[in-house]
Amino acid sequence: MVSVAKTLQLRTSPHVTSGASVDLIMRHVVWALVPTALFGVYAFGLTAAVTLSAALASCLLAEWLLCKWSEQPSTLSDWSVAVTGLLYGLTLPPGLPVWMTMLGGFIAVGLGKHLFGGLGYNPFNPALVGRAVMQAAFPVGMTTWHAAFGSGRFSSVPSSLFTFPFAAPEYTDALTSATPLAAWKFEHNLAAASDLVMGFTTGSTGETSAVLILLGGAYLAARKMMNWRIPLSIFVTVAVLTFALHLASPEAYPTAPFMLLSGGLMLGAVFMATDMVASPMTTLGVVIYGALIGVLTVTIRLWGGMPEGVMYAILLANAVAPHIDRLVRPTVYGTSGRKA
Amino acid sequence: MSATLEGPTTTDEFIKGLWKENPVFVQVLGMCPTLAVTNSAINALAMGLATMVVLVMSNAVISLLRKFIPKQVRIASYILIIASFVTAVEYVIQAVSLDLHKALGAFISLIVVNCVILGRAEAFASKNDLVKSLADGAGMGLGFTFALFLLGAVREVLGSGSLFGVAVLPASFQPWVIMILPSGGFFTLGSWLLFFNYLSKRKARKAALATAEVAS
Amino acid sequence: MDAVAKGDSPLEMYRALVGIGVVCGLLIVSVFQGTKPIIEANKAAALERAIFQVLPAAKQSKTFAATDDGFKLLEGPATGPLVFGGYAEDGSLVGLAIPAAGMGYADTIRILYGYSFEAHAIVGMVVLESKETPGLGDKIASDPGFQANFEALDVSLSADGSAPVHAVAAVKHGTKSNPWQLDSITGATISSKAVAAMLRESTTTWIPKVEKHKADFMNPGGAK
Repeated sequence: MVSVAKTLQLRTSPHVTSGASVDLIMRHVVWALVPTALFGVYAFGLTAAVTLSAALASCLLAEWLLCKWSEQPSTLSDWSVAVTGLLYGLTLPPGLPVWMTMLGGFIAVGLGKHLFGGLGYNPFNPALVGRAVMQAAFPVGMTTWHAAFGSGRFSSVPSSLFTFPFAAPEYTDALTSATPLAAWKFEHNLAAASDLVMGFTTGSTGETSAVLILLGGAYLAARKMMNWRIPLSIFVTVAVLTFALHLASPEAYPTAPFMLLSGGLMLGAVFMATDMVASPMTTLGVVIYGALIGVLTVTIRLWGGMPEGVMYAILLANAVAPHIDRLVRPTVYGTSGRKA
Repeated sequence: MSATLEGPTTTDEFIKGLWKENPVFVQVLGMCPTLAVTNSAINALAMGLATMVVLVMSNAVISLLRKFIPKQVRIASYILIIASFVTAVEYVIQAVSLDLHKALGAFISLIVVNCVILGRAEAFASKNDLVKSLADGAGMGLGFTFALFLLGAVREVLGSGSLFGVAVLPASFQPWVIMILPSGGFFTLGSWLLFFNYLSKRKARKAALATAEVAS
Repeated sequence: MDAVAKGDSPLEMYRALVGIGVVCGLLIVSVFQGTKPIIEANKAAALERAIFQVLPAAKQSKTFAATDDGFKLLEGPATGPLVFGGYAEDGSLVGLAIPAAGMGYADTIRILYGYSFEAHAIVGMVVLESKETPGLGDKIASDPGFQANFEALDVSLSADGSAPVHAVAAVKHGTKSNPWQLDSITGATISSKAVAAMLRESTTTWIPKVEKHKADFMNPGGAK
């Protein structure tokens, strides 16, 4: 640090801070995401690297442009947009056309963040807003998955990746494969838990390796840069619900480990539900918020039309987060608590 | 003519609905059909025209009866008149094209509660003569149709790559499915509102500059 | 304003409301009467178009109502489930058009399918009503690959005539290997499966019954 300026400073509290600032926390979130991203590139090859770079680049570009147009000081340097871009890229299926990835990046930062007033004002996780719009706009592209660990994944990319902007991608069926959740939902094939832990399955660029995601989460939790109660509450809710359902009818419902480890639950619970702006602030609120995400995820996955529901569960919980906080607001001592 | 002394002319009443007081882009009224049935240009146009017919006829009848309808029961009377015209229009649409009727669905009946129509009845037709009320209804109706068409056209081009069912973009175009879903209606309306607000703001700024120059 | 002063009397209010009510009622009744024949003709034409679409060889159609012991030519208003017979120019039976419905991805899907006695197969399918996702699920109505399933979808009955030998089933896109399988649309698995499910249900109920009472359709009501 540079030595403190010797001039007299007049400012309001707080005068003593823990030293944690937005850019410091965000930088650590990026570090925590690096192993997951690297594994994605290792598992899916060049195409994942292209998708991640395109997602990151489009988010950074959107942030820079929007700050310029709205005549605000640039917030590129606080690393928050890097987190958004990286997270957004990790939720995309490898092989998604670059033009779609970049369009979604602009939407994530524009619609998810700047429309609401920029960093600190976004009611939803911007990365998920981008993904949700992409999912609704290009359902086929967003649900066409490429098999992991394909041979030649470091020497060639799927033809769909570099589709001409705004043209429909063409997929070769030989390269695509079903995600564990879709395989369970539509064909009743249950993937092995060990494959799910290590990440030997198909899925979005960064959702496959449960162990690396948890490692990143543990790092952030240890540095007190993430509220560990949120993922814990989600995991417990999902585990208890699925365990009970599986006990009641083993044929109709999958096992708890499968539900916990498959799809985007790990990535969503650890890195997205914990968005500092869009999640509640009170401890009880955080627990309710996590439980809500858990219940919604299980509901959408088991009884909804789509195989995966983590994204919508988190977005819906984001929407009610302020209300949860109001609901559990501690009452001031000496007042009735009915009317604050 | 003494029109200049009496205020706006019949032509003014017609013109204002098209732009200055556009029911959708300026008054932001009648949002339910605006968002729900504008997923293609033809649906949007049909909905706009149906609304316009009801608006013109109800404006005319209410203007004619404005001295006859007691103040206490005016809203009931207006609803009665509007609902009758809507029912008639619904039958006519069914007779013209069943497919169109199916596409517009319940939203034809919902023209009854379109606040543009009741709003014009209460705010205009009940206080003005027949000719002006007709002009107001036609202007507002055209403005509404124009706005719906703008939404429907954008949504159909982006969402299906066609306009009026005719492909306008190359076959390789990837349609943005979200644009023909309800959420696409909100996005498109928001974008058009942004655009029109930008235009009117710029116009106001230029006008302010002009007056400042004149004053100096 | 003098209109306000005049409106104070209850009599005037009643007069206004009743007067408007009567005139509006007259308007609606006259429009209804005027458009009724056109609307009914439109509906009949739309239905006939659908029947001819699922039974390409048919040139005329007749409506039958299902009864406990067979099928009767429909006279008057419809009671109970209906099936439609399709006939060639010379009056010979081409096949039947049977409505079916079931839950899709978004809402109930209603379809009409054509059954050929000769081929023991479904020879056509049109979607009458669906709210499936535009661009995905709604392809069940338009996708040429999916429609090709209904050129000859085998529903031939088992020896005792109680049910089709093979239930109609949807399979993953590109893996259709048997004539009773439906090749699903990529990205619209749920809608494809919904169509297969409603066909499975409908054919199990109806095909045994119509085969048993085939004679009812041969010379309906003694007409030509």
